[in-house]
Amino acid sequence: MSASPRPLHLSVALEHPRPAARADRPDRTDRYDAAHFVRLARLAERGVLDFVTLGDSLTRPGLDALAVLARVAPATERIGLVPAVTTTHTEPFHVSTAVSTLDWVSRGRAGWQAEVSTTEAEAALFGRRAAEPPAAAWREAGEAADVAARLWDSWEDGAEIRDRATGRFVDRDRLHYVDFAGTHFSVRGPSTVPRPPQGHPVTVVDATGETAGAERAVREVAAAYADVALVRAADPQSAGAVRAELRELARAHGRDPGQLVVLASLPVELHCSGDAVGLAELLGDWYADGAADGFHLRFADPGRDLALLVDGTVPVLQHRCLLRRFYPGATLREHLGLPRPANRYALAREAS
Amino acid sequence: MNPNPSGPTPSGPTPSGPASGGPASGRPAPGGPAPTGPGRTAASPYGRTTAPPHGRRQMHLAAHFPGVNNTTVWADDRSKSQIAFSSFEHLAHTAERGLFDFFFLAEGLRLREHKGRIHDLDVLGRPESITVLNALAAVTDRLGLAATVNTTFNEPYELARRLASLDHLSGGRAAWNAVTTSDAFTGENFRRGGYLDRAQRYSRAVEFVATARELWDSWTDDGVPRPFAHRGRHFDIHGEFTVPRSPQGHPVVIQAGDSSEGREFAASSADVIFTRHSGPEAGRAFYADVKGRLAAYGRRPDDLKIMPGVTVVLGDTAAEAQEHAAEIRRSQVSPQNALLAAEQIWGVDLSSYDPDGPLPDIDPDPGSELAQGRVRHGDPKAVADRWRALSRAKGLSLRETVIETTGRQSFIGTPAAVAAEMDAFVRTDAADGFILVPHLTPGGLDDFVDRVVPLLQERGAFRTEYRGRTLRSHLGLPDPVRPAEKG
Ligand SMILES: Cc1cc2nc3c(=O)[nH]c(=O)nc-3n(C[C@H](O)[C@H](O)[C@H](O)COP(=O)(O)O)c2cc1C
Repeated sequence: MSASPRPLHLSVALEHPRPAARADRPDRTDRYDAAHFVRLARLAERGVLDFVTLGDSLTRPGLDALAVLARVAPATERIGLVPAVTTTHTEPFHVSTAVSTLDWVSRGRAGWQAEVSTTEAEAALFGRRAAEPPAAAWREAGEAADVAARLWDSWEDGAEIRDRATGRFVDRDRLHYVDFAGTHFSVRGPSTVPRPPQGHPVTVVDATGETAGAERAVREVAAAYADVALVRAADPQSAGAVRAELRELARAHGRDPGQLVVLASLPVELHCSGDAVGLAELLGDWYADGAADGFHLRFADPGRDLALLVDGTVPVLQHRCLLRRFYPGATLREHLGLPRPANRYALAREAS
Repeated sequence: MNPNPSGPTPSGPTPSGPASGGPASGRPAPGGPAPTGPGRTAASPYGRTTAPPHGRRQMHLAAHFPGVNNTTVWADDRSKSQIAFSSFEHLAHTAERGLFDFFFLAEGLRLREHKGRIHDLDVLGRPESITVLNALAAVTDRLGLAATVNTTFNEPYELARRLASLDHLSGGRAAWNAVTTSDAFTGENFRRGGYLDRAQRYSRAVEFVATARELWDSWTDDGVPRPFAHRGRHFDIHGEFTVPRSPQGHPVVIQAGDSSEGREFAASSADVIFTRHSGPEAGRAFYADVKGRLAAYGRRPDDLKIMPGVTVVLGDTAAEAQEHAAEIRRSQVSPQNALLAAEQIWGVDLSSYDPDGPLPDIDPDPGSELAQGRVRHGDPKAVADRWRALSRAKGLSLRETVIETTGRQSFIGTPAAVAAEMDAFVRTDAADGFILVPHLTPGGLDDFVDRVVPLLQERGAFRTEYRGRTLRSHLGLPDPVRPAEKG
């Protein structure tokens, strides 16, 4: 595509796609060990990657993903931290405050990957409602993303004034009720957490998740609310087609498609440095074909594959000027070239 | 099994009956009578001991991050961010340097309102507790990490999972203050919305904690998940938990709530109780009452630690400490805050009153909903009468009356006097330890740790090193036993 290459964005999944524990095979993996995740995240940071993701579901063995990445935050400095957070049985208010707090403790490096829970098994863990069909669950995830962003905006940046003369800690005219009414929930607001460093932590949606029957709903959510869309595709052409579609949908939602970063999400298994160099070739080709703005790699074995990526693939991409050599900024939005969003309530107040 | 040899070992009779009103039958205090109250500056009634007497019961200490009420003084040059991670890190490091048992975060799920508008005079806004504590786990090593999390606006499966995750990620340092706020005002932020009947808030809380423990017990020690099924009045859930048994088995459970149901909840289900009863008489009565409730649940008095929230003001001399304390109270009760405090009692707009003038002579409106999202204390008419009597007797203005009645610190004095007084408190069964609430963020406990902790240690009243790695071991709590293994 363009002759002078804009660096591509690179992210990796930290979870091990290992099957669940069973009675005959006790779960003694390192997926419960903080040091393991710190090691991987630091490795990714050494490779100057944009962010790491950590998958989660209410039924996969493992710790709460947002908790793990909060534990990783003080042990890293630049890498973006994107846990999966489910929206179907959880409270949108809690989701919003937890993600915003991850942004505070990481000093502006948080994102979240919105996920849904569509099985009866997941519904039975809460006992509050029956399982939702995927399309309905995704529409609700969209509402959760919508209200999360409104809650992040419910404090204007300058709301804390500490005005000794009047004894006021905040200017309450700069705090806002969100009064959001969704299909299954409503939220009054304002948030209990001040607006986080990035304004809005980065919202990630897997636009091609394995949710049969909900393809359209997922893409709508990605186009309307995501800063980063992940696209699973077998070849650069189909990835590029989804990217074009998402950009078109984003435009229809009144968004600037340039502010939707589309990453091809690929399964990767590396065994030797030769594989790592080969991967650099492949990524370079996909990128040149306009398949995506960058990549999200899902490793067969993150411990092994990430080291090979950082020591083998990354230098090759850097040498070809396809990958930056240092972090240009401090926040995940800066890594992704995304602006800090204006505050909708501040704009409305200033306009009135 | 108690893995901590330095854990509290009671050396005297422990009260087991209900409160009698007077001092409970505590162990005799060597060297003289117990001091009569917090806030006193009298010199220590005890001689300084160099070695801990054998079997000396040691106190527990916790650090409360400054909260969203007027105890926290934000209008001070030393007062820093209430939200930046560096503030949390600072206080946690101070607490760990002082060998504290745990670091404590409060919670509020809706910004408070006054006269239909967001209350703007005190600190407001804070991060979500469990996420902050997971981050603090990375920068601390032994300190317990306690999150206040509501039982009405959460579900057991998700919260048990988040708490078990914190326990894993901190190597066994997680604690949960299970609170029951259930008003419709807070409910407007949540799916469940509405209002949980006051009578039900604790029945839900008891079942919530029991259900969480079933989930924490569900994996075998060999790392094999076993299916769980819970069917009760509030929860009907089944499936498989995603987290193996955590280092503490069960994170420590704290209870805060003073009603009789609240105390019963603590007696049946909690490891620690966080109370407002911080005076010696009230403390001893509360202590005896709560400890007396344990036997009915087959629990020993030492299985539940009683920790009042307290404030400390230090000075090089008693007079200097008193002066400093008065200064702090004046900054806690600004003229605007004084009017607001009165409006919370009277339930009507008092903006036309002068904070430096007399108290209103009208009576409070008992049905008022002026203040939202705040725990109410006592009958407004009785409080108003008490305030007016005080104002008349001492010739105090409205603001001075509020300062006199609401702002009083628990321990005021030289480091030696404060150490002696705190020690006496614990020795006379008014508390098992203290949750210290500083008025400055984040440096508000620096002086306490530097100047009082060493004196407590010299007296043998506080640990000189962490012996164990888990919060349970710091608190001297037994490891939880699974029901199946009780035999
Ligand atoms: C010392 C203390 C601290 C408390 N901290 C909190 C808190 O941080 N968040 C909260 O929602 N409720 C808090 N509460 C409220 C209690 O959990 C409880 O909901 C309230 O006191 C009403 O219950 P009660 O009628 O038993 O007192 C606290 C209560 C006490 C006594």
